[in-house]
Amino acid sequence: MNIAIASGKGGTGKTTVSVNLTSYLCRKQPAVLVDLDVEEPNAGLFLETEVVSKTITYKQIPVWNQASCTSCGFCARVCEFNAVIQIKDDILIFPELCHSCGACVGLCPANALVMESKEMGVITHSRDDNLEFVESRLNPGEEQAVPQIRETKSYLARNFNDSMLCIMDAPPGTSCPVVEVIRDADVVLFVAEPTPFGLHDLQLAVKAARSLGKEPAVIINRVGIGNEDTEKFCREQSLRVIARIPNDREIARSYSDGKLLFQEFPSVRSAMESIKGYLDESEKRFSTNQPKANQPKDRQEINP
Amino acid sequence: MKEIVVISGKGGTGKTSVTASLAVLGGESLVVADCDVDAANLHLLLTPEVQYREDFYSGKEAEINPLICTDCGICADVCHYGAILKPIDTGQWIIDKNLCEGCGYCSHVCPASAITLSSAYSGEWFRSKTRTGGLMVHAELAAGADNSGKLVARVKNEARKSAKEAGADYVLVDGSPGIGCPVISSLSGAAFVILVTEPTKSALHDLRRVYEIVRKFSISAGCVINKADLNPEVENEILGFLQEENIPLLGTIPYDSVFSEAMTAGMTIVEYSRGEITRRVEGIWEQLLREVSSR
Repeated sequence: MNIAIASGKGGTGKTTVSVNLTSYLCRKQPAVLVDLDVEEPNAGLFLETEVVSKTITYKQIPVWNQASCTSCGFCARVCEFNAVIQIKDDILIFPELCHSCGACVGLCPANALVMESKEMGVITHSRDDNLEFVESRLNPGEEQAVPQIRETKSYLARNFNDSMLCIMDAPPGTSCPVVEVIRDADVVLFVAEPTPFGLHDLQLAVKAARSLGKEPAVIINRVGIGNEDTEKFCREQSLRVIARIPNDREIARSYSDGKLLFQEFPSVRSAMESIKGYLDESEKRFSTNQPKANQPKDRQEINP
Repeated sequence: MKEIVVISGKGGTGKTSVTASLAVLGGESLVVADCDVDAANLHLLLTPEVQYREDFYSGKEAEINPLICTDCGICADVCHYGAILKPIDTGQWIIDKNLCEGCGYCSHVCPASAITLSSAYSGEWFRSKTRTGGLMVHAELAAGADNSGKLVARVKNEARKSAKEAGADYVLVDGSPGIGCPVISSLSGAAFVILVTEPTKSALHDLRRVYEIVRKFSISAGCVINKADLNPEVENEILGFLQEENIPLLGTIPYDSVFSEAMTAGMTIVEYSRGEITRRVEGIWEQLLREVSSR
């Protein structure tokens, strides 16, 4: 079962919930924590795991072969991302703009372009007893998070079977990288803050999740600051609030040192218990009721 | 006219609250631009009155006309995103809009010309007047939309135009978290970067990564440490990093409930409080002006 932990706004406690929840669950059962906040992965700062393997990820970028080029310029015309540009008889390629669609390569009448691999990031797999930790890290300067997230998802598919509990720490925001993470999730949990910023971004995130056919549940963090509007929004939208974590300077202090919180703070521990209750319930629903919705493997296309 | 960009690497360090306060302090000398188009929040503090709005189309979206489609499946073979599917229930080829990146490869190879590309709606942008009388350009990305980097570029361009027309000295840009396309897009053309951080291990880790990008662009930067007294050891680590990289400290802001109280009241810190925290933010503004004018 895949659980995505996301939030519209950054810094609401996504990573805190992910690392504490996984560590809490791992006392009883094996689980995988996947850090998919590939631009700024920091779940690893809270864990002491031993590295099992490092896998370099690559993206496919076209390379120009001047000798075969007839300077027809078709490659530059078909590229919708302005990543291929023709200047007189020269073809220039901008790898950071390239979406690896392969159109320029496949459509070149002279076969003057080939796809080559370019390093994009790294996937680090580590382990501590029951806990498997997969960190996905994009190289600074790379603009696109989505290909790195896709590579990581296929790494997970190769290394773990479907029944494994897999907790995915998503990037902040509501655009393509988040969509890429929650698209295949069986359970979507949003960590929200009861402030105007927190509420506004939660509203956007809920809209994005629902447009993908996902019904998220909410964890409210830093209860005590802000106002009641976030709770009210959840009630009005019939969003289930499955846990609340109080605002506490001591929790913030402990977090700042990169420490796990559930052993030290009973309030965090009981929040993790509540989340576990919700996951158990969801698991039952998935195993007995219905096929997993929106999973690519379940809407297998018929290939002629 | 100079462009000042506020970023943080990590989300939730107080980037937007700091930007909003600086915008109020700067008054008519600046135009403020909200380039965190994914999760824009600046308008919640500056309550802008929209004077102009425009839809934003960017990138393409492919569509298959089922009446012309000959069921050859070539489009699905060339699609690198697995976006072209034939669900068992309908038996017709369709394009999954969430997976399609709009490259148009399919439309070029379709022998029946059954696939058309059209511009994709990605949101809208606004030119507004803020509650305190300043100019503001902001945007809203459509839920789940692609191309936030392009919308960022659009917002910045419009802010530059407005600044020129109004004779403003600065464009102040609220950037997004992370190090990806919206951040890189917001950094292009910047004269100075404000790095807002906090003394936590995560924020320091993220600060180092985002500064790598800033350095690649050779942009001068200054740093603001928010929640400064939360963890003196990590704060020292941050100060060490700043010294190593020769980044001036613009100021520190103590861990204070005024920060979220002001936000809850829908106000900037400098409007909400007359206390120490406001003096700190005013000090940051003055230090910023000195740094920017000395470069």
